[in-house]
Amino acid sequence: MRYALLVQGAPYSHQAAHSALRFADALIARGHRLETVFFYHDGVYNASRLASPPQDEPHLVDAWRRLNEQQGTALLVCVAAALRRGLLDEREAKRHGKQGYSLEAPFELTGVGQLVDAGITHDRLITFSP
Amino acid sequence: MLVVLRHAPHGSSWLREGLDVALVGAAFGQAVTLLFLGDGVEALVRNQQAGALGQKGTHPTLDMLAMYDIEKLLVDSESLAERGLTLEDLQLPVAPIAAQALPALFAEHAAVFNF
Repeated sequence: MRYALLVQGAPYSHQAAHSALRFADALIARGHRLETVFFYHDGVYNASRLASPPQDEPHLVDAWRRLNEQQGTALLVCVAAALRRGLLDEREAKRHGKQGYSLEAPFELTGVGQLVDAGITHDRLITFSP
Repeated sequence: MLVVLRHAPHGSSWLREGLDVALVGAAFGQAVTLLFLGDGVEALVRNQQAGALGQKGTHPTLDMLAMYDIEKLLVDSESLAERGLTLEDLQLPVAPIAAQALPALFAEHAAVFNF
């Protein structure tokens, strides 16, 4: 089956992102495809390129990146939720006159329309909230 | 598609972000049903204001639902009763739904978005 995940919990604050990643591994192990992960609400923090967890803890941002490398999973981040919370890619940073940027490929800033689309076009949409 | 709203306004952004998904879904041509459940029924209480925290509030968005052709508005009867509310206390005409009818409601929608 084609799966989409909706992740709404910030990494390291709540279980949501950890659970979503474990669910991702499990569904792939069973032969399903994880086509899309949509980050919304505080879940957008999962896309921070500056995340620097201690070395003896799981690196959640890298774990998402690996899914993209191995499965081609699209990592979509709601632009409205992200900009409010300080997650900007290089283009948005320039547009808003900010010096640094905090989000980069394979994460993509996109609209909520992509979430609606994922809910309709995938066989399953599973939500992980705090 | 079904959008389930389970959080009260003001204390968090759940309600606003859930309503945004409903509006975008409708703008994309989807038939949207809104279900106010649990604390989500507080969103409907009349005479709300923006509040002290500089938030825009969600009550103006509720008035826009009809403009987006979102007309199927449901409220869980038990959630209303638990909070001492009746349909007369609400800002909009919404249809009450009994808890026993919820599983069928969820089953009949292809996509469910839970906030």
